[in-house]
Amino acid sequence: MALILDADTALIRDTALDFFAKRSPVSALRKLRDDKDALGFSLPLWRQMAELGWAGFLVPEAYGGSDFGCVGLGQVLEAAGRSLAATPLIATALIGASALALAGSEAQKAAHLPALAKGERLLALALEEGAHHAPYRIATAVKRSGAACRIDGEKRFVLDGHVADLLVVAARSSGDVDDRRGITLLLVPADAKGVSRHRTEMADSRNAAIIRLQGVELGEDAVLGRIDDGAEPLDAVLDRARAGLAAEMLGTAAEAFERTLQYLKDRKQFGVPIGSFQALKHRAAAMFAEIELARSAVLAALAALDARTADAGELASLAKAKAGDALFLVSNEAIQMHGGIGMTDEHEIGFFLKRARVAQASFGDSTFHRDRYARLRGY
Amino acid sequence: MENAAFRAETRAWLEAQCPPSMRTPMPEDEVVWGGQNARFKNPDSRLWLERMAAKGWTVPIWPKEYGGGGLSAAEARILEEEMRRLDCRSPLQSFGIWMLGPVLLECGTEAQKAAHLPKIARGEIRWCQGYSEPEAGSDLAGLKTRAVLQGDSFLVNGHKIWTSYANFADWIFCLVRTDPLAKKHDGISFLLIDMDDPGVRTRPIRLISGASPFCETFIENVRVPRENLVGGLNNGWTIAKKLLEHERKMIASIGERQRGAERSLADLAKAYVGEKGGTVADAVLRDRITQLDIDQRAFRLTQRRATEEAKGGSPGPASAMFKFYGTELNKRKFELLLQIAGTQALGWDGDGFTAGELRIAREWLRSKANSIEGGTSEIQLNIIAKRVLGLPD
Repeated sequence: MALILDADTALIRDTALDFFAKRSPVSALRKLRDDKDALGFSLPLWRQMAELGWAGFLVPEAYGGSDFGCVGLGQVLEAAGRSLAATPLIATALIGASALALAGSEAQKAAHLPALAKGERLLALALEEGAHHAPYRIATAVKRSGAACRIDGEKRFVLDGHVADLLVVAARSSGDVDDRRGITLLLVPADAKGVSRHRTEMADSRNAAIIRLQGVELGEDAVLGRIDDGAEPLDAVLDRARAGLAAEMLGTAAEAFERTLQYLKDRKQFGVPIGSFQALKHRAAAMFAEIELARSAVLAALAALDARTADAGELASLAKAKAGDALFLVSNEAIQMHGGIGMTDEHEIGFFLKRARVAQASFGDSTFHRDRYARLRGY
Repeated sequence: MENAAFRAETRAWLEAQCPPSMRTPMPEDEVVWGGQNARFKNPDSRLWLERMAAKGWTVPIWPKEYGGGGLSAAEARILEEEMRRLDCRSPLQSFGIWMLGPVLLECGTEAQKAAHLPKIARGEIRWCQGYSEPEAGSDLAGLKTRAVLQGDSFLVNGHKIWTSYANFADWIFCLVRTDPLAKKHDGISFLLIDMDDPGVRTRPIRLISGASPFCETFIENVRVPRENLVGGLNNGWTIAKKLLEHERKMIASIGERQRGAERSLADLAKAYVGEKGGTVADAVLRDRITQLDIDQRAFRLTQRRATEEAKGGSPGPASAMFKFYGTELNKRKFELLLQIAGTQALGWDGDGFTAGELRIAREWLRSKANSIEGGTSEIQLNIIAKRVLGLPD
């Protein structure tokens, strides 16, 4: 596995950097926020991304995608992270596509993946039930009666939950809360009877929702993968989510760092650029090192997921932990080094801080992933 | 040769030629540094050095004409992987290999390369580094050792300090002042000095660890032929910086070279602190171990990425980042070892402690020098800020 990009992937990175810088700068997120946009993202822009093939990077060729892989999608996500672009890339192109591709039946894949790859179907993973990422802490119940099943429960912090056409719901079919066994994944149309959705306004101005499932009745064909064995594909989907989100966070950290570095060179106090002060230089250099390490961890995780190596889970946790720590450091230092101007809503640097914390908390913060890493390493 | 074929051939050769005792963890007193007074406590280590040197594999990527293996970067990595797979010891530790050799290859004259590189490759000459002086530490360019050109030779007088293993070395590569009137960076030259001269004296310095790996080196009225000047008169600072990049790369890998067969921190923690349900019983300690593990792994991945990006070129200013981070990691490792083994890691001598426990205290103290030698962490951060990030002076 190489840790440098091949020519095709480098081209994708360059295209994506140019795309987001021009068409979805931070001001676009500000506008979505200030307009209280009903969708929370730009649909025309999403269509353009789909035309570039990004929605189908994790969709097999047989279903209208390119199967280009995680390293490629990671480059797009990193570029999106630089401009804090609000897009369905994470919920649909990364997580939704993975859930269908890794766990779906032929019929389910044929029904949804081609539309997903075209940017015409949005998905959302309805997993969390508490304030912390806990993939097996599932009380939402699925009960079977004959060929039908019935779902009851409440899901929180469902990314893109209020705009998705199709929900991937993790429900408990047997066992107790926190058991890894006994989880079943289900495909639930967002307009099914008994589904109600409430958009939550998060600090990062991105999309999330609370989803209530009350007596939702579906046929057995709604089951994604095997009954009671949902944790296996769920873990695989989550590892992609973690590594992909880590790539986005890397982009956010790198951009916040570069903006701060520029500020250190431009801002003058005592008659000199503040970047000439050693107290700030050393902190800038330390941030540079942390971002470099995070970049290596992210690339290694994405490459391992594509190669399906045995340590892909470890590396996904490594990447999420390292990107999370780097982003935490950089987002805090960015505000401090910008001084008063960084506290204003008018300046864009504050958007990076707000996005940082939401991204850190999504799919496991650094503490979660250190614990998981240790467990996977046998201690 | 195809990489797969090279790997198979390399593996077969190592299996046949590496003596079994050279495939066990290497105690400190069996490390081979070469030189005219080389010590081989284990006779197999001499055999192993000779066999590897005959292949040119003490310096795999150096050209064959200078005693190297002439391998590509990819082949060298395969050799490294196969040696690690078989737990083969490194046949030769050498400042000549890590620091002087790469600089001579890049900047030395043909005569200098022919004279010095093969002897480095075969471990016949042991080199030490004459950089720091009592008044020139972080401000290295403030060095005062004088070299006056008189006809075909320099007359050298000065006082170097922190010269690692100078008391065992045969030659010293030295920074000297050749123009006292020029700006401090512009009046320095890089000289190769034979220490077999009564004017060169060394005095080991006892350190907080109880060991004396560093020396003071006194140079009094020593004549050095002009042909031993590397990189041109008063051009020594350029050479010095190039060499420092190699030195930093070497020090950055300090944790790596010490790895080998040692037990993981997590295993030690289970033994000293206890185990609960397969995990380290102390949750706080476990988290600290995980933080270090994660940082070490991300660091190694970054070293690998830098190698792939550079394709065998000079380490460049980014070597400052590796030096800074690698040494801070190594210091963290030893502080964590102390925390894990508690008072058993704080024994100094005698009964009541295993040899491994006694080693922890000494190595912990030794590790404190990692972020000082080869340029302090603060100097590395300065270099990153200036040369990588472009922050103003």
